[in-house]
Amino acid sequence: MSERATKLVLQRGVDSDAASAEVSIGLIFLEFLIIGATSFGGVVPYLRGSLVTKRHWVDDKEFVEMLSISQSLPGLNATNMAILVGDKLRGALGSLAAIIGICLPGAVLMYVVGVFYRSHGDHDFVTAALKGVAAAAVGLILSTVMGLSKKALAGKIDFVFMALTVIAVNRFHQSVPRTLVAVGLLAIFFHRPPKKQKESATL
Amino acid sequence: MSQIPALVRVFAYLSILTVGGGMAAFPEMKILTVEVHQWLTFPQLIHLYSVGQMAPGPNMMMIVAIGQWVGGMFGAVAVLIAFFGPTALLTFVVARLWQKMEKWPWRTSIQQGLAPVSIGLLLAGCFTMARGAISGMETAAIAVGVLLILQQYKVNPALLVAGSAVLGMFSFAPK
Repeated sequence: MSERATKLVLQRGVDSDAASAEVSIGLIFLEFLIIGATSFGGVVPYLRGSLVTKRHWVDDKEFVEMLSISQSLPGLNATNMAILVGDKLRGALGSLAAIIGICLPGAVLMYVVGVFYRSHGDHDFVTAALKGVAAAAVGLILSTVMGLSKKALAGKIDFVFMALTVIAVNRFHQSVPRTLVAVGLLAIFFHRPPKKQKESATL
Repeated sequence: MSQIPALVRVFAYLSILTVGGGMAAFPEMKILTVEVHQWLTFPQLIHLYSVGQMAPGPNMMMIVAIGQWVGGMFGAVAVLIAFFGPTALLTFVVARLWQKMEKWPWRTSIQQGLAPVSIGLLLAGCFTMARGAISGMETAAIAVGVLLILQQYKVNPALLVAGSAVLGMFSFAPK
């Protein structure tokens, strides 16, 4: 039955491939360029709207799967998603087109901002505005942390691992890699696969 | 100009630390760019990061501004490649393996174990930044206000950041 299901999926895959035939590298670049230029306030919803709803390049299930991989690996969600979707569509070249597209608009903008800030950053009204912006950014990260905690933290023990990480970095000034390895290994060991599998294998 | 190799080294290293989000690399970024290399001051780093939250696209594009300051156009491009290259390559290679390891029982363990640590790293970055960004009741009120609004309503965060700029201009500018 699962074989038939795979066949069906494959067939559908072939069909939709035929429909979107060859997604050209240029189109991948353009679509990610648009996302890169319009995704104010967080990339993920824009990615979904464009890749799933508008272009049908990935379906919802794939999108969530890719997002969870992006979250677990180093790198920003936005660029990791670009790599994964680009790879799915056209391999390495697709990945390259996607990541350049999504980065380009923000990079050019921040280049200009950097130049402007260098020359006018010490004006009183700019400093005052930036004070407000920085405070808002703190609230924004806290909100991201809360959202992720609700979704990804399983039990009380996970909050302990989270607290350990914060204390190691902020209180004891341990480097991020050292903390990541030490607390990470501890947490992975705690969440190790149950022994059951071995028993069921012997049964 | 001779700073380019240092820029590449620092940002390639920071790249690997962005587990869970760009903020995870912030404590280390502060140490390396502000204290070790003195490319900019802590308030400047906070300003660039915060302004970067209003820009579209991946939310760490403020690194381009640091590259530009230190090494001009060439520095900006070098920083971009150094910061996004290593993780891009890693994701490209590991994701292909990862998808094949769907049945490997430790896969779930790794994902579950890394979640609290990566969230902790984001929070640690947030605290590092708050030390420089929250300087009194007014700034604390803005941060808490933004947090509460985002928890309660579906607002575009970029709008809130822009609104806080206006608020800051009116309340913090010397009369």
